[in-house]
Amino acid sequence: MSERVELGFDQKVESRDIIITRVDAAVDWMRKNSVWPLPMGLACCGIELMAVGASRFDIARFGAEVMRFSPRQSDLMIVAGTCVYKMAGVVRRVWDQMAQPKYCMAMGACASTGGMYRSYAVVQGVDRFLPVDVYISGCPPRPEAVLEGLMALQNQIQQEAAIKGMKSSERSAPTYGQPRGPIIIRGDYAPKGKA
Amino acid sequence: MTLATVIEKLPGRIGEPVEFRGETTVGIDRTQIVEACRYLKADCGFDMLVDLSGVDNYGTDPRFEVVYELCSLANRSHLRLKISISEDDLLVDSVTGVWRTADWHEREAFDMFGIRFRNHPNLKRILMWDGYPYHPLRKDFPLAGLPAELPETAVDAGKVNSAAMHGGPFVTAPGAATSAKREPRQNDTAAERFEKKGSS
Repeated sequence: MSERVELGFDQKVESRDIIITRVDAAVDWMRKNSVWPLPMGLACCGIELMAVGASRFDIARFGAEVMRFSPRQSDLMIVAGTCVYKMAGVVRRVWDQMAQPKYCMAMGACASTGGMYRSYAVVQGVDRFLPVDVYISGCPPRPEAVLEGLMALQNQIQQEAAIKGMKSSERSAPTYGQPRGPIIIRGDYAPKGKA
Repeated sequence: MTLATVIEKLPGRIGEPVEFRGETTVGIDRTQIVEACRYLKADCGFDMLVDLSGVDNYGTDPRFEVVYELCSLANRSHLRLKISISEDDLLVDSVTGVWRTADWHEREAFDMFGIRFRNHPNLKRILMWDGYPYHPLRKDFPLAGLPAELPETAVDAGKVNSAAMHGGPFVTAPGAATSAKREPRQNDTAAERFEKKGSS
């Protein structure tokens, strides 16, 4: 078995409008291009998340412009901001109401580690109570970093064995190729050269 | 009515009013705080309670204070009331009957300092969760927090632990020679004090 499995609509029979592919690849392709985020904006990162959705950065280019405030209709929870212990129960309840397959992005320093809030009140990273797929550094992250995290997640979704995963009781579907692990986006978007 | 005459007739007044940079502060007998507030609102036009908060003067007796910031919109004047309460008897009469806005402020003072307010309609925690065992704004409480139970979430299996503080970016040393020395470090004294108190 080869290390890397070719995925996607990579075979086309010319002039007959027929595409040959695997079901997993087709399902993954549809899923990754329609990731509907749930904007769990808890603090200032929520404002930066709005910039990601607005025209300059335009998350619609990646099929993720449909921000859903209902957990029933969303696939990706973007925890944007500082999560205090009192809020943790609410975030967890919303997460539990999301339908599978679901993903979690910890946007910014606070959501990833508690950030500068080394305090009795702040959860020291939402991965204490959520299975985080993507961590994004920054305080707040640049919108490009959020988009990079989304693209990395899309790559991961494309690796999933979607149909096989439906039968699995585990949260994360089994993957082709590399096993799933948390993605860490360093988010170094400092302008190069003279300003 | 000038502020001086208002203060002269103030029920439960303790000592002379202190004036600092145009702000007037009056000490009030803790048992007469509601009478004083009623008088100030009804007769002197202090229709707005701007803030109500607790203060922990750790190491002094009486240890706690409650501060009332009043404002009269009509007279354009401010007045600050202070009452002292000792650690043994943390009970104050609620002023929610005078200004309804005192409700949440008193809940906060209860949550953060453990000061209880008599006749409060709904005295429960407002910032920390129900069942949290400490009052975190007390000076002997470590900033990093102490382990506690957190039910109904899966945060570390229902447990809250202290935040990792070492090298934490919180307490800046003032007056140090270089910025490397001034660089914020964790102030462990609060945590150490708490541990000593708990063990003795």
